[in-house]
Amino acid sequence: MTTDELTRDLGRAFPADPADLPRLRARLAAAAQRDGILDVAYRTVDSPVGALLLAATEAGLVRIAYASEDHDTVLQALADRISPRILNAPGRLEAPARELGEYFDGRRRGFDLQLDWRLSAGFRRAVLSQLPQIGYGRTASYAALAGLAGNPKAVRAAATACATNPLPIVVPCHRVIYSDGRIGNYLGGPEAKRALLALEAAA
Amino acid sequence: MKGKQPFDAVVARHGDTVLRVCRAVLGPADAEDAWSETFLSAMKAYPDLPDGANVEAWLVTIAHRKAIDVTRAAARRPVPVAQTPDRAAAGADSPGHGLDGELAEAVAGLPARQRQAVAYHYLAGLPYADIAAIIGGTADAARRAAADGIATLRRTYQGAPKAATKAAMKGQPSDH
Repeated sequence: MTTDELTRDLGRAFPADPADLPRLRARLAAAAQRDGILDVAYRTVDSPVGALLLAATEAGLVRIAYASEDHDTVLQALADRISPRILNAPGRLEAPARELGEYFDGRRRGFDLQLDWRLSAGFRRAVLSQLPQIGYGRTASYAALAGLAGNPKAVRAAATACATNPLPIVVPCHRVIYSDGRIGNYLGGPEAKRALLALEAAA
Repeated sequence: MKGKQPFDAVVARHGDTVLRVCRAVLGPADAEDAWSETFLSAMKAYPDLPDGANVEAWLVTIAHRKAIDVTRAAARRPVPVAQTPDRAAAGADSPGHGLDGELAEAVAGLPARQRQAVAYHYLAGLPYADIAAIIGGTADAARRAAADGIATLRRTYQGAPKAATKAAMKGQPSDH
């Protein structure tokens, strides 16, 4: 037999079955968590506004990303900003996934989750930290939000903070609209923003 | 600045190859432990891996060391449990398993250096210079170890019988 035939047979004699890898990867995630080297755990969840990427550090939920942001790009950004020690490890995201599911079912009006704010700083962070004050089913203007953050004139900066919110939905930037009623931009697209506002209005 | 890709992508890309290599070097009983130890160890060191390093060669290097650890630990263990029943069970629903098992046994019978050189070159696709860095010695010595291993496998493992191939072709329509 030729070496090519032998090489092909070697591949068959030492297989890597498609069923093996998910099991081994789950085992790796558990071991990495145990050893404290799982810097970022992530998973995706389906939702009425499309697939959402959820990522958490040991400190808490650090990122929620819409499919339109491209999840691979978001994971690469997390590797660059936080750490490349990233694994698909649904265990750490159990609470966020459950609470988001309840929210989309109309059974939850606020989130009770540990958040890791490290991806936003300065005035943007001050703006985002005010967002939970805008209650479920209500809206506020960018100007009002700027005021809440302590600088009523910084309307544009407040809008930028919303546009770069690393934790959309849980930190409810979708409740911020223009004073004239226009819905404004949204990271997940205007349709997603409309859908969230409609969900909250109906519940 | 775009730096290292998420470790998850490294596992997705190289997980298969490392598992094959672990199976070839260690056999089925210890392969999954070695795979897990390899990737856990690699993940610890990953932030310090120089950018542009050959990730597959790096992983095989770690797997090689883990395999040595596993082999040493196994040598201290009492008589190992026979693997035959597992193999027979797996063979029931995978045609050709008998031949694959025969080849796996032939590989298991090779001297360690030959088995490693064959696995790292023919399963992981590493060049002999990289293999020499992993198993020691020169690239030429690594190439000879792999060639000797392949020669032994050719003698001890015949592959699919030619007669069976001919029989399978008989049923095909002829152009003539």
